[in-house]
Amino acid sequence: MEIITEKGKECVVVSVKGKIDAVTSPDFEKGLTDLIEKGETILLLNFASLEYISSAGLRSILAIAKTLKVKDGKMLFAGLRGPVKEVFKISGFESLFKIFENTEEALKSL
Amino acid sequence: MQLLSQKTWPARLEFLYESMDFVSSCARALGFNADRISELELVMEEVLVNIVKYAYRGKEPGEVTISCSEDGGNLVMDVVDSGVPFDLLAASDPDITAGVDERPVGGLGIYLIKKLMDKVKYRREEGRNRLTLVLFKGGKTSPLF
Repeated sequence: MEIITEKGKECVVVSVKGKIDAVTSPDFEKGLTDLIEKGETILLLNFASLEYISSAGLRSILAIAKTLKVKDGKMLFAGLRGPVKEVFKISGFESLFKIFENTEEALKSL
Repeated sequence: MQLLSQKTWPARLEFLYESMDFVSSCARALGFNADRISELELVMEEVLVNIVKYAYRGKEPGEVTISCSEDGGNLVMDVVDSGVPFDLLAASDPDITAGVDERPVGGLGIYLIKKLMDKVKYRREEGRNRLTLVLFKGGKTSPLF
């Protein structure tokens, strides 16, 4: 798993490449927690290069979403595809979060 | 039913990828397509992580044995551990319509297993948990793709 963070005007874009599974999810969660501790409240997760997510990754996302909610922040998602998109669907995450086709669409919504 | 392959690992996270590869090669050998294999890998992660995290809690770390069999073109996988009794089928499904505040963190792994496999069966026998997962040959339309 690889995480690339880009600071934008209104949010921080976090692009995740590879797999978020039981082995990599602690690093994923730590990466996002660090951003929140630095004061970021709007996180745009770009999952265009994410191939796989298991419940360990969903658990991290939900934990981060709860932390952000307390701070009046939010998480947006973009570029979900294949198995990741369907795991979001089965788990009901599609209705829990705002999901956009790509980062451009997500940024326009802010 | 014909046994294709069987292997035992210590129930530790470092063997996760190896055991996921093991079941995907069984599925590949039986001609399952890439989409179903990808679902199977996800299910195996969920099953194994549960065993690693909970089966041997407070006990000496034990083992997990996976066997792959073929039954009329269907892939039958048995996952056996000697940990505490745990029937994942008895777990209630999470409320997938709840909001961020109401949703407990966790509980989705078992739900994914039930949703993605064609058949799941649990037996406690001789001090062991035996979870049987079945993928039907050309079975139900995959909910994932």
